[in-house]
Amino acid sequence: MLEIKNLLAGIEGNEILKGIDLKVNAGEVHAIMGPNGSGKSTLAQVLAGREEYEVISGEVIYNGKNLLDFKTEDRAREGIFLAFQYPVEIPGVSNTNLLKTALNEIRKYHDEEELDTIEFLSLIKEKMKLVELDQKFMSRAVNEGFSGGEKKRNEIFQMAVLQPKLAILDETDSGLDIDALKIVANGVNKLRSKDNATIVVTHYQRLLNYIVPDFVHVLYNGKIVKSGGKELAFKLEELGYDWVKNGKIEEVVNQ
Amino acid sequence: MNKMIDIKDWYLSNFGEFEKRLNGGKESSIHQIRKDALSNFSKLKFPSLKDEEWKYTSVAPLLKYNFIPSYEKKNISKEIIKSLLFGEMEHSLVVFINGRFSNEHSNLLNLPDGVIVGSIAEEIKKNNEILLKHFGKYADHRNQIFTALSTAYTEDGAFVYVPDGKIVQEPIHIIFITDAGKEKVLTQPRNLFVAGKNSQVTIIEHYVGNKSEIYFTNAVTEIVADENSVLDHIKLQQESKNAFHIARMEVDQERNSNFSSHLISTGADLTRNDFNARFNDEGGECTLNGLYIIDGTQLFDAHTLMDHAKPHCNSHEHYKGILDEQSRGVFNGKVIVRQDAQKTNAFQENNNILLSDQALVNTKPQLEIFADDVKCSHGATIGQMDDEAKFYLKSRGIGEEASKGILLHAFASDVVTSIKIESVRNYIEEIITKKFN
Repeated sequence: MLEIKNLLAGIEGNEILKGIDLKVNAGEVHAIMGPNGSGKSTLAQVLAGREEYEVISGEVIYNGKNLLDFKTEDRAREGIFLAFQYPVEIPGVSNTNLLKTALNEIRKYHDEEELDTIEFLSLIKEKMKLVELDQKFMSRAVNEGFSGGEKKRNEIFQMAVLQPKLAILDETDSGLDIDALKIVANGVNKLRSKDNATIVVTHYQRLLNYIVPDFVHVLYNGKIVKSGGKELAFKLEELGYDWVKNGKIEEVVNQ
Repeated sequence: MNKMIDIKDWYLSNFGEFEKRLNGGKESSIHQIRKDALSNFSKLKFPSLKDEEWKYTSVAPLLKYNFIPSYEKKNISKEIIKSLLFGEMEHSLVVFINGRFSNEHSNLLNLPDGVIVGSIAEEIKKNNEILLKHFGKYADHRNQIFTALSTAYTEDGAFVYVPDGKIVQEPIHIIFITDAGKEKVLTQPRNLFVAGKNSQVTIIEHYVGNKSEIYFTNAVTEIVADENSVLDHIKLQQESKNAFHIARMEVDQERNSNFSSHLISTGADLTRNDFNARFNDEGGECTLNGLYIIDGTQLFDAHTLMDHAKPHCNSHEHYKGILDEQSRGVFNGKVIVRQDAQKTNAFQENNNILLSDQALVNTKPQLEIFADDVKCSHGATIGQMDDEAKFYLKSRGIGEEASKGILLHAFASDVVTSIKIESVRNYIEEIITKKFN
């Protein structure tokens, strides 16, 4: 589904990603872990098409197409979804307005008919249950005045409505208490299928107790320095990131 | 160099012709006021950038043209008028074409006993007592040249009088449409709205012009909100991009009166809106909201003055601007809280979004407080469109243009949503949508 080949990218002349290689197949969950500043969020933003980031070289093939040729909105329409680390507050735009517009723009892109209000509302109702959100929430402005937990649940709710093929969760666990974390993880798990894939970007192993990854990658200084199964995450949790920084990965992991 | 003097002479010399065409209007009681105003006009100077109140707004472009009242009767099709209405809203309609009342297009619903809605020219003819009591009392023509010009050339405009205790349910929609053609038409709507004690009324002043025509609207509106009255005022300014629009609104508020003003403007070539409101007694409420959306080389200037002369009054002012290309905005909002005016609540804010590098706003919120037990705040912001928010929308599959439209709608929304009538809100939403899509 997704193949990243030797991707170099940065912002304002600073090279942050220094050669990323990653392959994600449909049905898989990949976790990307690493210390602060290793480039995790940059990778997520580059994949979603944030204009401020500049791709220096490398390739990203998504379902046989060159992803980097697509505009941000077309990537979303092609099925890529980024759950933001810091969901943006947009006063004056209701959740309903955002989702209805988004959903219909995506449908239009695929030559599908727009949903009418009734169809839309019944879809919304069904998906809201998934993340235990209240109906009242729909008329509120996007993320405005939401608690940290509500913001993250909103991201997963949007994901549930837009039904992406590739979801990238950028530190979706940060700032969540355990109850909110369970709700969010539960939402993600229910959306998993053999046809879609998920990339979970996280600093902590905690989330991976609830969203169990097929693969774990350790990102450090703009490169994936180690890949493995879910046991790698436990190792990281146990030993912290210092050993990654010391460059003794193989040594430690093989202990 | 002498251009300004020439143009003054032009307006002075046209007065004879204007007087002749008044058809006996010379005998009316207000004619002496016209003549006094003309004499003031001859003494006053057109403002220059050296005047503090006109520091960022040059009227030089306006003074290049010899504008003249249009004496020919123009016809406007029913379809055009219909296109200016607000959906299915039940309303009384009062139409002025090139400054003159059009009986043909106007349509008054059943109004409560004693309520007068219509042409001020009619009431001048009748020497209406209410008119004589209030006319020219609030918009002083002695020190403001455009008011002097308007007063001297007073001919027509809208008159609304709601007697004590009467409630006018349906809004009164007043359309001022200018069909200038190749003429340099001068229209000077002169409006007077009087809401008696415990009365209630909603009035919409709607200015419309033909695309790219050059004309000059010089409007003066005087409003009296008597004790415990509720008066909602909406002004929609959809003038031609080459027109000049100078307007002054004076509001006089008595005890416990509630006045709200919404100004929605897509500008003209040059727009200047002066808004002055006074609390003459305790317990008044005044809401003052504005939205201006301009581009090209348009200049929009709003000067507001909120005079808290008495205690226990609340004012709430919020002006928002969206400026594109090389347009320029000026916001000057002054709140005076006089020594007597304890327990005043006064809030004022001006927010602007600049969509281009060349757009410019000069904003100056001012507070002058002489009382010591008051709650006041003011602020101004000038910024660009929120790129984070735009990226967020695009990352959900919403296109660049649609994202921009959504965000600008959202920016404007707190001004638009505070308008109580849904069909007017929808009309405004549509103006915004057309502007950005």
